[in-house]
Amino acid sequence: MSGEIITGKKTVMTPFNVIAGMVVLMGLIITAIRFTKGLGAATNLSDYNPWGIWIGFDLLVGVALAAGGYVTSAAVYIFGMKKYHFAVRPAVLTGFLGYLFVVVALHYDLGRPWRLAYPFIVGWGTTSLLFEVGLCVALYLTVLFLEFSPAPLEWLGFKKTRYLAVRLTMVLTIFGVVLSTLHQSSLGALFLIAPSKLHPLWYSPYLPVFFFVSSIIAGLSMVMFEGMLSHRAFHDKMDEEHLSESDSLTLGFGKAASLVLAGYFTIKIIGVAAGNHWNLLTTPYGIWFLVEMIGFIALPCFLYAVGVRDKNLMLIRFTAAWTVLGIVINRLNISVIAFNWHLPASDRYFPHWMEIGISVFIVMLIILFYRFIVTRMPILYEHPDYKGEEQ
Amino acid sequence: MNETFYTLHHFLLHTESVTYLIMLLSLLGLFGFWFFLTARDDDQ
Amino acid sequence: MGISRRKFLGWIGAAGISASIGKPAGASSISQFSGFPDSKGVLHDITRCVGCRSCEDSCNKINELPEPDTLFSDQTVLAKNRRTTTKAFTVVNQYISKNASEKPVFRKIQCNHCLEPACASACFVRAFTKTPNGPVTYDPDVCVGCRYCMIACPFDIPAYEYDEPLTPRVVKCTMCAPRIEAGEIPGCVSVCPTEALTFGKRKNLLSIARERIRNNPDRYIDHVYGEYEMGGTSWLYLSGVPFHEIGMREDLGIKSGPELTSGALSIVPMIVGLWPVLLTGIYGMTKRKEKNAFIEQEGAVAAAVERANHESIKKIAAAIEKERLGKKKAMEAAEKEKEKGIK
Ligand code: SF4
Ligand code: SF4
Ligand code: SF4
Repeated sequence: MSGEIITGKKTVMTPFNVIAGMVVLMGLIITAIRFTKGLGAATNLSDYNPWGIWIGFDLLVGVALAAGGYVTSAAVYIFGMKKYHFAVRPAVLTGFLGYLFVVVALHYDLGRPWRLAYPFIVGWGTTSLLFEVGLCVALYLTVLFLEFSPAPLEWLGFKKTRYLAVRLTMVLTIFGVVLSTLHQSSLGALFLIAPSKLHPLWYSPYLPVFFFVSSIIAGLSMVMFEGMLSHRAFHDKMDEEHLSESDSLTLGFGKAASLVLAGYFTIKIIGVAAGNHWNLLTTPYGIWFLVEMIGFIALPCFLYAVGVRDKNLMLIRFTAAWTVLGIVINRLNISVIAFNWHLPASDRYFPHWMEIGISVFIVMLIILFYRFIVTRMPILYEHPDYKGEEQ
Repeated sequence: MNETFYTLHHFLLHTESVTYLIMLLSLLGLFGFWFFLTARDDDQ
Repeated sequence: MGISRRKFLGWIGAAGISASIGKPAGASSISQFSGFPDSKGVLHDITRCVGCRSCEDSCNKINELPEPDTLFSDQTVLAKNRRTTTKAFTVVNQYISKNASEKPVFRKIQCNHCLEPACASACFVRAFTKTPNGPVTYDPDVCVGCRYCMIACPFDIPAYEYDEPLTPRVVKCTMCAPRIEAGEIPGCVSVCPTEALTFGKRKNLLSIARERIRNNPDRYIDHVYGEYEMGGTSWLYLSGVPFHEIGMREDLGIKSGPELTSGALSIVPMIVGLWPVLLTGIYGMTKRKEKNAFIEQEGAVAAAVERANHESIKKIAAAIEKERLGKKKAMEAAEKEKEKGIK
């Protein structure tokens, strides 16, 4: 490779691009190993630990953090917060890419990925929560694609098709919220079948509710967090409205997130009370549970509130990042850390570096696709031809 | 219709499959119903 | 919630039964499932097991499993805490009591062939089937390899062929379903020299087990493991030491896999049915509020102009233009008339 590729004024060899290139290269190599040598060669999965971070991070965290799409479009189209309209497209785009790559990542984890559609074609295993998740994710991916489609259609100049897609906005939004409610909660319900394996502090009959409510928090925080990142990277791509209104969005979403976090905290405590697990709080797992409860639920709830009261945008944005981290920790707790807690250390799971490598690879692909799309299509600005149109 | 179910699992398999069919139909129906309901709205 | 739902189903069930009197209530009543009648099982009397590993050997041969790492006559592996793997549908483990004077205890591990299998309930392609005979069978031809069944199995039984890149399968004891089908008894049972394993109808096995406990109360713990655990299993166990001391979990509860998930599943259609109603309602209210605010607002006209979309502006422009054109035409016409008149 020659290091002197110059396109226009900018060099391609920015530090970010170099790192991205290396990550992609590593990802491709691991991909080859995974699909030629099998799961065993690339993962630390075992008969005791059939699910690792490809499920815990790529699926559970991925879906939770992609909740920004339904949260934002519901806020704008259903709850009528029209002034946040500018945020819908970026949120729907990340949602779409998030889900798309969740499905891509699933291909790595499944033993026979080419049978991905079997549940719907061959055997309707309708008693499985995973069936529900699969069906909803498939349908929601389609919905997100349709919701997102006006952007590429504007880019390509297909006015008629775009008009059709835009007309569907309302129905699609409702569909999106219904499907999201279902699969976000069902991801939590996946673990309902294993009360003997998941630590009692995390296991609760309310798991589906916890997952749904925390997905709202994840969605709100992700929109703010992402907004912060893209302000740094794509400032020049943003139009007036985007630049001027994004502070008001941060305040509004920060307030909402604080409120939902408060509710989430309450129901999590009720979860402990309902199982009468107070005595477990002093065990090592209990302390880790308290870290999650206080450090990643109560604290951000408070910090968001302070940030909103003081109109301290910096604080809100920091809290958004912190909350996103909290969601990651929560999902990993349930799927990996507090799962199989009863087993001796030698039977426990720790990810193989290649598993981490693929997860990083997938995140990098999402960023690269996002960048590719944002720098070309009308995402952060309104297309001049359709400016001022409702919806 | 009057199949005998010996296990809860088989019973759920049956009822859930029926439920999923109804759900899919109702979601599809929602499209049509939405347009029917709002076709004569005068605002906008 | 669970109770009321049950009750509700119960009423429906009652209605159904009264409508078709003469049917046996037990089997078809909706709130209670008794399992397949005459379904088979195996009773493992742990007090009789001597750890000879003949069952492992026979299972390996019958199911044409790969060569074991060490010979089945090797007794040293007993001391290791082993589990079922892709190479072994069943393993026998040795448990040394803390009380040194007591003899070691041996326990055979394999799939318990649950009455309400969690694995089957979890599988989204129905790869597992609870057969009327008793065995829970697996079909690799539909398996996607999501391994949710392994998450679900409370006994940590299914193993996975992680090293197969193209055709990985879930692996577990089949209860020798083909043999049972053919009227034979499972391989492991057939070779057990001490009759630590007994094959038969589960119903009968339960009474045998109870009888043994009654006749030898000192020899047995007063519990048949598997009678109710996780909704009941086809394999039943008798032991002389507490079950948790020999690696069998006593905290599993009696709720079966399907019961654990049916609550969450039953909410799904409610959301599908009612969420759209709710959301459309909220949407309608926001709309209405907006409209009212719009009307009430002083200077609504100004706002209207500001907010009006392209179309209406264009319409107005077009109207003005039309009028202008119309006037122009009229004037031209008048002009012509004039000219005519002059001529
Ligand atoms: S023991 Fe595990 S694998 Fe066997 S039937 Fe029960 S749930 Fe399924
Ligand atoms: S791994 Fe196979 S058998 Fe197990 S749940 Fe998934 S599809 Fe079903
Ligand atoms: S029943 Fe058959 S498959 Fe199961 S452990 Fe015994 S011999 Fe092996």
